Amino acid sequence: MLGYIAKRGVHGLVSIVGASMLIFAISRLSGDPVLLMLPPEAPQSLVDETRRHMGLDQPLWMQYLIFAGKALTGDFGNSYRWQMPALDLVLDRLPATIQLAVAALLFSMALAIPFGVLSAVHRGTWIDNFGKGFAMLGQAMPNFWVGLLLILVFAIHLEWLPPFGHGTPAHLVMPAIALGWYPVAAQTRIIRSSMLDVLDSDYIRMGRAVGAPDWVLIWKYAFRNAAIPLVTMLGVYFAAMLGGAFVVEVIFAWPGLGRTVVEAVFSRDFPVVQAGVLFTSILFVLSNLLVDLSYGVIDPRIRRDG
Amino acid sequence: MAEASPRLPRGFLAGLRGRVGATGLPWVSGTMLLLVVVAALFGEAIAPHDPNGFNLAAAFKPPAWQEGGSLAYLLGTDNLGRDVLSRIIAGARVSLIVAAYAIVFSGVIGALIGMISGYFGGRVDAVIMRLVDIQMSIPSLALALMIAAVLSPSLSTVVIVIAITYWTWYARIVRGEILSLKERDYVALAKVAGCGTATIFHRHLLPNVMNTLLVLATLQVGQVIIFEASLSFLGLGIQSPEVSWGLMLADARNYITKAWWTITLPGVAIMLTCLSSNLVGDWLRDTFDPKRRQL
Repeated sequence: MLGYIAKRGVHGLVSIVGASMLIFAISRLSGDPVLLMLPPEAPQSLVDETRRHMGLDQPLWMQYLIFAGKALTGDFGNSYRWQMPALDLVLDRLPATIQLAVAALLFSMALAIPFGVLSAVHRGTWIDNFGKGFAMLGQAMPNFWVGLLLILVFAIHLEWLPPFGHGTPAHLVMPAIALGWYPVAAQTRIIRSSMLDVLDSDYIRMGRAVGAPDWVLIWKYAFRNAAIPLVTMLGVYFAAMLGGAFVVEVIFAWPGLGRTVVEAVFSRDFPVVQAGVLFTSILFVLSNLLVDLSYGVIDPRIRRDG
Repeated sequence: MAEASPRLPRGFLAGLRGRVGATGLPWVSGTMLLLVVVAALFGEAIAPHDPNGFNLAAAFKPPAWQEGGSLAYLLGTDNLGRDVLSRIIAGARVSLIVAAYAIVFSGVIGALIGMISGYFGGRVDAVIMRLVDIQMSIPSLALALMIAAVLSPSLSTVVIVIAITYWTWYARIVRGEILSLKERDYVALAKVAGCGTATIFHRHLLPNVMNTLLVLATLQVGQVIIFEASLSFLGLGIQSPEVSWGLMLADARNYITKAWWTITLPGVAIMLTCLSSNLVGDWLRDTFDPKRRQL
């Protein structure tokens, strides 16, 4: 087991280092950051001086090593726009994104679990078809459009919820629904098919034979086992929520990492882009790592094959 | 059905002919997809107005069935008096062009890399799969935003960005298929008979992953359309005067209190297109790949 954890950990580390190289390379492709930082009328001597000061006269691999070395100590440079350390900005915005991602995940499970279980129990009936149709619809709607529709209905027409912003639980409702809508389909499918497997097993038949009531069998005995595949996949969905947050945060003016990165992309604020995307990637890799490890715990065969 | 469907479809079309008609769903969704394709191909002829022709006197006309609407603007007009229906038709073209190019590029690159990775195994495989892991560790929209910020936003940028984002998907799945295919006797025999690697790839491996590739490509259409719409919505995708559904939603967002139809209708176009291509994709998968059929 230790060997398996170590191997997965090394893979995760390789991914993060590779991601940092890729992020660094892409942001360097965009041209000389010095020209963006200085006013256009700045004299050539000042441009050269700034370039030397920032280490931009070094070869690219050297620049990467300097970048990586500084990044390890938490120094991503100062935001061009906000005049504060990029890392501070990112860490300041991260909790809001995590809050949103968790809320979205809870929302999607709150729909997917009853849908999945009921679809399996009432396989082939209208309930099953309704669940399927609902899920297909969710996968065909872009999350930002769901967000706009929610604003249109619940903020503008019904005036139940604030259209954007952050602070109270009411502000969280619409962004979480917009973001959590998409994974409902996949989660419903997972629950449904594992539930079908479990319902077919001997101990459920046994329970039925001794006359245990249906709801006890379904929710107490069958669902607990059927939920395992979903639990192991939670990391993957959490990662997907982080990725989806980029657009949803923009729509709802949510003060999270996604919106910060999108704004930084527009203002070419590369220290913030680099720090923001790298942090999202680290969270991404960590949640996938947790998924791999939980598989290993549950299914010993995977540990061996590693 | 007159003839019993063969257990193993010999060709893609033969399989299709044998199995269509089992359920009505593929017909409905297929027809819908066909409508989108027709709109994309003949949009200029069908569209009642110039999609970019603005007319401020006709701004914010509601759809025809609402009070104040007129039959001249069936689905209403936007803030500049542009006809929403004509713009949705024009947007179909951009969506499908982006989807077609992006899917072909990512499919070809991904399939080739996946075949190489699976066939040669060992170090080649390890390196390629690490690269896939690295790319997949960056959220695709974040990666796309960075690339789109570096290249200037345009239709070809969107295609490049999506192709770069999605090749890993094909590479992983094709690699998995090749891992089992290469153990088959006919591949070993071909090697013994002195076939070159290129011949084995082309004659023996590619035909066997072709069905999977086609299914993947169909299922990807919806995702690509949503991805393009998201990028365009953020302002890093398709640029005006080109028309895109995502761009229409971005424009409409500022007038959300004033014109509900400009917010809803382009989204409905996205939804119906994705829904029908997903349904067709699901149906193709069930038809050609019973192993992966969901219960």
